[in-house]
Amino acid sequence: MTDSKYFTTTKKGEIFELKAELNSDKKEKKKEAVKKVIASMTVGKDVSALFPDVVNCMQTDNLELKKLVYLYLMNYAKSQPDMAIMAVNTFVKDCEDPNPLIRALAVRTMGCIRVDKITEYLCEPLRKCLKDEDPYVRKTAAVCVAKLHDINAQLVEDQGFLDTLKDLISDSNPMVVANAVAALSEIAESHPSSNLLDLNPQSINKLLTALNECTEWGQIFILDCLANYMPKDDREAQSICERVTPRLSHANSAVVLSAVKVLMKFMEMLSKDLDYYGTLLKKLAPPLVTLLSAEPELQYVALRNINLIVQKRPEILKHEMKVFFVKYNDPIYVKLEKLDIMIRLASQANIAQVLAELKEYATEVDVDFVRKAVRAIGRCAIKVEQSAERCVSTLLDLIQTKVNYVVQEAIVVIKDIFRKYPNKYESVIATLCENLDSLDEPEARAAMIWIVGEYAERIDNADELLESFLEGFHDESTQVQLQLLTAIVKLFLKKPTETQELVQQVLSLATQDSDNPDLRDRGYIYWRLLSTDPVAAKEVVLAEKPLISEETDLIEPTLLDELICYIGTLASVYHKPPSAFVEGSRGIVHKSLPPRTGSSESAESPDAAPSGAPPSEQPAVIPTQGDLLGDLLNLDLGPPVSGPPVATTSVQMGAVDLLGGGLDSLLRSDVGGSPAMGGTGFTAPSAVMPANLGPPPSGGLGDLFDLAGGVGTLSGSHVAPKTVWLPAMKAKGLEISGTFSRQVGAISMDLLLTNKALQVMSDFAIQFNRNSFGLAPAAPLQIHAPLAPNQTVEISLPLNTVGSVMKMDPLNNLQVAVKNNIDVFYFSTLYPLHILFVEDGKMERQMFLATWKDIPNENEAQFQIRDCPLSADAVSSKLQGSNIFTVAKRNVEGQDMLYQSLKLTNGIWVLAELRIQPGSPSFTLSLKCRAPEVSHYVYQAYETILKN
Amino acid sequence: MIHSLFLINCSGDIFLEKHWKSVVSQSVCDYFFEAQEKAADVENVPPVISTPHHYLISIYREKIFFVSVIQTEVPPLFVIEFLHRVADTFQDYFGECSETAIKDNVVIVYELLEEMLDNGFPLATESNILKELIKPPTILRSVVNSITGSSNMGETLPTGQLSNIPWRKAVVKYTNNEAYFDVIEEIDAIIDKSGSTVFAEIQGVIDSCIKLSGMPDLSLSFMNPRLLDDVSFHPCIRFKRWESERVLSFIPPDGNFRLISYRVSSQNLVAIPVYVKHIISFKENSSSGRFDVTIGPKQNMGKTVEGVIVTVHMPKAVLNMNLTSTQGSYTFDPVLKVLTWDIGKISPQKLPNLKGIVNLQSGAPKPEENPSLNIQFKIQQLAISGLKVNRLDMFGEKYKPFKGVKYITKAGKFQVRT
Repeated sequence: MTDSKYFTTTKKGEIFELKAELNSDKKEKKKEAVKKVIASMTVGKDVSALFPDVVNCMQTDNLELKKLVYLYLMNYAKSQPDMAIMAVNTFVKDCEDPNPLIRALAVRTMGCIRVDKITEYLCEPLRKCLKDEDPYVRKTAAVCVAKLHDINAQLVEDQGFLDTLKDLISDSNPMVVANAVAALSEIAESHPSSNLLDLNPQSINKLLTALNECTEWGQIFILDCLANYMPKDDREAQSICERVTPRLSHANSAVVLSAVKVLMKFMEMLSKDLDYYGTLLKKLAPPLVTLLSAEPELQYVALRNINLIVQKRPEILKHEMKVFFVKYNDPIYVKLEKLDIMIRLASQANIAQVLAELKEYATEVDVDFVRKAVRAIGRCAIKVEQSAERCVSTLLDLIQTKVNYVVQEAIVVIKDIFRKYPNKYESVIATLCENLDSLDEPEARAAMIWIVGEYAERIDNADELLESFLEGFHDESTQVQLQLLTAIVKLFLKKPTETQELVQQVLSLATQDSDNPDLRDRGYIYWRLLSTDPVAAKEVVLAEKPLISEETDLIEPTLLDELICYIGTLASVYHKPPSAFVEGSRGIVHKSLPPRTGSSESAESPDAAPSGAPPSEQPAVIPTQGDLLGDLLNLDLGPPVSGPPVATTSVQMGAVDLLGGGLDSLLRSDVGGSPAMGGTGFTAPSAVMPANLGPPPSGGLGDLFDLAGGVGTLSGSHVAPKTVWLPAMKAKGLEISGTFSRQVGAISMDLLLTNKALQVMSDFAIQFNRNSFGLAPAAPLQIHAPLAPNQTVEISLPLNTVGSVMKMDPLNNLQVAVKNNIDVFYFSTLYPLHILFVEDGKMERQMFLATWKDIPNENEAQFQIRDCPLSADAVSSKLQGSNIFTVAKRNVEGQDMLYQSLKLTNGIWVLAELRIQPGSPSFTLSLKCRAPEVSHYVYQAYETILKN
Repeated sequence: MIHSLFLINCSGDIFLEKHWKSVVSQSVCDYFFEAQEKAADVENVPPVISTPHHYLISIYREKIFFVSVIQTEVPPLFVIEFLHRVADTFQDYFGECSETAIKDNVVIVYELLEEMLDNGFPLATESNILKELIKPPTILRSVVNSITGSSNMGETLPTGQLSNIPWRKAVVKYTNNEAYFDVIEEIDAIIDKSGSTVFAEIQGVIDSCIKLSGMPDLSLSFMNPRLLDDVSFHPCIRFKRWESERVLSFIPPDGNFRLISYRVSSQNLVAIPVYVKHIISFKENSSSGRFDVTIGPKQNMGKTVEGVIVTVHMPKAVLNMNLTSTQGSYTFDPVLKVLTWDIGKISPQKLPNLKGIVNLQSGAPKPEENPSLNIQFKIQQLAISGLKVNRLDMFGEKYKPFKGVKYITKAGKFQVRT
């Protein structure tokens, strides 16, 4: 007969049946019924309806029945507080029972009933039990104080239970001491400020005595409590260590680890010259190793802690490398931790063994593990200089296996090895290049591109290789795009003659066709750099990189010291201080290691020690954007900013122009080193600039600043790709393609003129017909040199809106006449309306509201924008780039409503309400405007901006 | 401290829950299930999982996940140790720690859990004390109980609960007084391709079965105690005596318990009792491979190696294997790709050999990984480290107990790389 029968149900109402049985006269039947109730409870069934019937069974001599009822009470009292009061009398009576087992049981159960009304009745019995003659009752009562504190902290303080609890630390029975410490620790955790555990040498002595005699769990509590104590000098620290050391041989691994924590902390105070210090170090190794023979879960926690310990004191385990060797049937979480520790312990002495192991792991089945093993080989190379060569050859062997993910990981780590040991292992580049095609992961591709760019001068076909990557530029991840940009710029600086086209291509891809701000920024910066001062560009881009540090993933020393104080806790598993993750940590006290007292060693104390290198996840292989910008600004902060106003209109065009000049100067400085000429800004194309770090002309600087301003505030409005406006057939060989853009408040028409005829073209001019918004060229079309056959010139024509106005149909139609030495050609094109949205188009909230109401409803137009999977915030920021400003954002019934305003160059305001339904890619756009005919074009502008 | 406990079986059903403080909803286990899904293998579920409001610390034993919920900063090892103790207790009480056993004894399980932990603090985890409080189920007792109506709950305070020797109850009486010690050593080793030892150590334990009346005070001494430099002791052992005299002096718990566990790691002391000759190779561009494994004994102080089983996790591409063995039988599980070769005893005259053809999936590329051989074996009457018990003395009681020591060496995690 087993308990599983309690789970079987009959067809009739189960609760009903149980109720009848609970009220039965037969004791045996009652007990069986209570058992059934408990069984239902264990699987989460709600049997709270039986509360009064179960409580009725409480008055019994049968201890088992009593316990079962108590079990039930603990679970359901909370939901039936009024009924629970019925039980109080029995509890109070049981607290007076001659049998200590029943007294303890009663006080224990009462504490578990989390009902305020009951806690009031609990105080008196608890006070008696805390002073009970039987230690079993006292130790149970000690825990009950902690329970009560959790329910009603104020009550516990008012009743003076905390002081009684503190007195129990000096109890004669070790079990009582341990429980009192545990209870106090738990209370202290929720009240870090209350100085509950103010330990003094006397109480420490009591604890140490109890430590030897209490249960294993009590030992854990006492050891954890000891770890918070700050010995007054090294003698006291040593004597505590001596008394704690025997715990290292305990069978319970939690006791061992808590003892390790105490020792690691107090060791800090001992002088390294002491014999005892060395003895202690030796004693710490075996127990740590023993933890690794336990169950895998224990191993995992132990390994996380060992990871901290080897960083703090590598000498402890330096001879124990082999125990961290991975067994193939270890769980993956153990494998990965072991690998990490192996690398931390790697040294010249054992590197051969480690490498042999790592190579073995690289042929395992588990892909994650294999990857980490390959990476580990690279880390070994960086950590142990003498082994670098062997590591590299091991990696080459692995590359020969042609296993795809192995090859990719290997290339990623080889890149780091190059950073650590430049000009040593570049002979392997050829092998790497062979595997170029198999790389499909962004990190590996980026690493490979970095290598090609960095060593472009040694790779004959570097330009071809990079060009092959460039083909799918837009499909690459950002990481790869950024690397490709940098690599091509490096290549250009190294081999300027052959790669001009390539660099132009990548710069325009990065700056014009990409919507990634990082990429665009970096593109612009390179562009400006190349065009203003190629020599400086060389110094910046090809600067000698600092060697990457030996170990990049070490925990920062102050954090490490704090974590050492948390050995054995969750913090040590996460490698984060508790303040970073424990919920409801009401002002956790930061623990720190005690300072060393021996004066000769004071420099070693963590407080005095300089906090070491900040941790960085990845070695910084390329200077980050921030660095570049910093360099740039350092170059030329001399002259005052005086950018000519027109110069702001076409940064891109200036840059295009400049690149030619920049190239010249680059070549010239390469050849002779004479002062190079930098064509800088189209307003001052002939400004002379010294080759070196002299201040560049102010025009360039102004541009640079304007660029920064533009990027910073509005990041440029959307620019459509160029389309052919005038095909060569219709214009006697002149092909014009172009687009409109708005940058930093200025509109421009970006043109690409290609001569597809056989004769030279010259004498270009341009004119617009009258149009709806008065668009007109702000400057003549400046094409200085004649356009040779098959030559293309890119030009940006600044526009203004002060021309004469005539309403066109469609509204945004623009008729253009272009003249050259051959003929005059006409074409018409449609401009996107958003180039006319002005920067000060943000309306005040109040104003918006008033205007919205003011505009008659018939002027409202509604549109659907489909297939646009953006969030409200993304939409808002995207639109803002094109001067559509979000005035307010509301959330109505799960929908995001964006209220937006914009203003056209002729002063027409357009108000919009954009309704975004989360999860649905379609938006509803309502536009209100006093001139309703523009609405449709505004909608088109929305559509283009959002979908690009 | 420990807040709640959920027991979950392999198919993801929560079949028992116990809360020591306020009730935590079952939904917290969803985070666990999520992690379980992520880890392909049940054994790879990480033991510590953080959720927005709780931490889940789990162990996996006997196809059951013991998932505990904690809310504050608690030593995870403490929780894991406790969970293992819970599993041990179930094993002890019901003979097995399985879902059926737990469901069959759900009320006892509940009583046990309540007795083992109070407000998250461990209360009584020693099996001696627990058994005094809650009697383990036996068929006889359940029959007696149902007739007499008595309970299986102790009515008095367990005697060991508060004494300085909580592991032993006061009144123990046996007609036959016996003390047995099993010295069990397991060899953990990694042997590389060429047959040289990459890593080897011995994990040893001394398990005792002590049935002695009264309060016996025992001293166990060894011929060569120097071997034991890394030891974990049962709490009953007097550490000071060991430090000064290298003698194990203790008042034993009643019944079965683990007296010490120890580790011997210096390479020269770890003798490897078997050697393996192996050829496992796959041909390029053909769907077959060769398998040839021979196993033989090394010097074993004249003892035979028995109970030998070789298991090999073959690469995924392996379809089946056509092998012939000179001794023992082999099975190949085509789903798990595990080859098991049960050899039995190895006689040095005729070495067991298993060889034949491995068939691969046609068209599959040549497997990259090299399968490792996992070897199990047993050697009776030998502690491979050379540890020997010298004598056992008893003080405090007058009778003469019967004493016995048994030695056995086994393979632990013993693997040969190919």
